[in-house]
Amino acid sequence: MTINAIQDELISDFELFDDWESKYEYIIDLGKQFPPLEEQYKTEENIIKGCQSKVWLNAYMEGDLLKFEADSDAIIVRGLVSMLVKVLSGHTPEEVSRADLYFMERVGLHQHLAQTRSNGLAAMLKQMRAYGFAFQAKSINV
Amino acid sequence: MSNSLDINSIRNDFPILNEVVNGKQLVYFDNAATTQKPRLVLDALAGYYEHYNANIHRGIHHLAEKATSAFEQSRRRLQAFLNAAYPEEIIFTYGTTDGINLVASSYGRTFLKEGDEVIISTMEHHSNIVPWQMLCEERGCVLKVIPINDDGEILMDEYEKLLTERTKIVSVVHVSNSLGTINPVKEIIEKAHAVGAKVLIDGAQASSHLEINVQDLDCDFYCLSLHKIYGPTGMGILYGKRDLLNAMPPYRGGGEMIKEVTFEKTTYNELPYKFEAGTPNIADVVAAKFALDYVDNLGKPNIAAYENKLLTYATEAVGEIDGLKIIGKAKHKVSVLSFVIDGIHHQDIGVLLDQQGIAIRTGHHCTQPLMNRFNITGTSRASFAVYNTIEEIDKLIRGLHKVKKMLG
Repeated sequence: MTINAIQDELISDFELFDDWESKYEYIIDLGKQFPPLEEQYKTEENIIKGCQSKVWLNAYMEGDLLKFEADSDAIIVRGLVSMLVKVLSGHTPEEVSRADLYFMERVGLHQHLAQTRSNGLAAMLKQMRAYGFAFQAKSINV
Repeated sequence: MSNSLDINSIRNDFPILNEVVNGKQLVYFDNAATTQKPRLVLDALAGYYEHYNANIHRGIHHLAEKATSAFEQSRRRLQAFLNAAYPEEIIFTYGTTDGINLVASSYGRTFLKEGDEVIISTMEHHSNIVPWQMLCEERGCVLKVIPINDDGEILMDEYEKLLTERTKIVSVVHVSNSLGTINPVKEIIEKAHAVGAKVLIDGAQASSHLEINVQDLDCDFYCLSLHKIYGPTGMGILYGKRDLLNAMPPYRGGGEMIKEVTFEKTTYNELPYKFEAGTPNIADVVAAKFALDYVDNLGKPNIAAYENKLLTYATEAVGEIDGLKIIGKAKHKVSVLSFVIDGIHHQDIGVLLDQQGIAIRTGHHCTQPLMNRFNITGTSRASFAVYNTIEEIDKLIRGLHKVKKMLG
C-alpha cells in the first residue's frame, strides 16, 4: 500500500468516531497494542527527547525498504507514534523523505504535531524524514 | 475575610474565562504559569496605544510627557507594592529570569572570585539555577544546593551547614512553582547576612499570593514577573537595595542608560536608568499599575484566604482518587496542587483533561533537579487563582476519574 493509501485508511477509521472520548480511546488502544521497542534499541542515540514524554525511534533497511520501530513512555503519544510508523514504515527512503503527511490534520490531531516541545512527535517526524534522506544518500554512495 | 470577595463578579472581570475549549467552558488551572488579565489591564493597554503612545524620558512633546509620567507612576506603584525604600530601587526587566540574570551577571561578575560560594535550593526553577551555574563556571565559584525533605520543605539545619565565610550569594525561591511550598525566606536571609552573603529572592510565584515587604524581609534583591500577578506578559522588576545597585556596573549598553557618550569614554546614567538600556516595554509597564491596583483592591489577604479554601478542598478531593499521590505537602503552601497517578504518564493526564476543557500543566515545570529528587519525570499541576471556583475543582475531579477510566 502507498503512504497515501494508508493515510486515507486511517482517515476513514477516524470518521467512525463522533466524540473525543471514542477517538482518544482508539488512540489509547493503538498505543496499548503497539509492540514495545526492544530494550537494546532504547538507546541514548535513538531517543527523541520531548519536554514531557520520551520517544525512541529505530530505523533500518530491509531490502530496498526503510523500516521504523518506535516507542514512547506516554500512552497517547505511543498511539500517535504507532500511526506515524504505520504510515511511513516499509517504503523506500525516497518515498519517506518526500511524503506529504496530511492525515494528522484531517483526523484533528495536528495539535499534537505542533506541540514540539511537549511530546517530541514533530521531532520524530523530522527524524523519520532525515533517515529517508540519509538512506537515499547511502544507496547512491554504494 | 475570604467571604468578602464576590467571586462571580471577579469572574466577570476576566473576559477570557468565557472561552469555550473543545466544546466546553474553559477551566483554567494553569495560573502558576501565567494568570489571566482583568478587563482594566486590557483597557489600560489599549488606552496607552490609543491615546498616549510615545517614547519616554527624552521627548518634550505632550504625548512623551504623558507616557513618561505614566511609566514613572508604575515604578512608584511597584515601590509601594513591595514597600521598597526608594523608587529607583525598582528596575524594570522583562521578567524574573531577566532580573536574576542581571544580578548574576552584573553583581556576580564584579564581586565574586575563584573559590567563592553560591547557595541555591533543590526546588529552584531552572532560571534560578542556570545563571548561577554560568557565573560559577566563569569565575571558578562553587554552587551549593540546600536539600529538602519528602514534603518539599527546605532543611534549615542543612542550609546552616552550607553557609561559610566564602558564601557570597544565596539565591532561593520564595514560593516553589512545582510544589507550592512557601519558604522561610526571612530566616534564610538573616542567616545569610550573618556570614556576610547577599540574598536574592525569586518571587515569581509568591507575588500574587503573599504580601511582599522587602524592607521587612531585608533581602538584597527581589525579582518578579507581572504576568503572574494578573498583569501583562514581557515585564517584571528587579528590586535591589540602592547601595548595591549603585555599586554594580550596567548590564547592557545602549540608549537611556548613558549620561554622556564619546568614542573614548561613556559615563553612565544614574539609577534606575543605568540598568534600563533601550526603549523599555512602556505599554506593559503602564498597564502593570492597573493589575496591582486590581490585586490590592481585592486585598491580598482576602485572595490568599480564598485560594487556601480552594487548595484545601482540592487536596481533600484528589485524596479520594486511587493511586494518586500529592507531590509537595509543605505545611505552608500557596494554591498549587502537584500530583502523580500510579501507572499513568502525566502527559496523558494533561491531554485528556484538555479534551474536557480543563487546562493544567504537566511535565517537569522547569525544575528537573527537583523532579530527580522525587524520582519522577514530572507531575500534573493544578494551580488556582482568585477567579477559580469549587465547581471548577469538581470538574477537575470528574475529569480525573474519566482519565483513569480511559487509561485503566
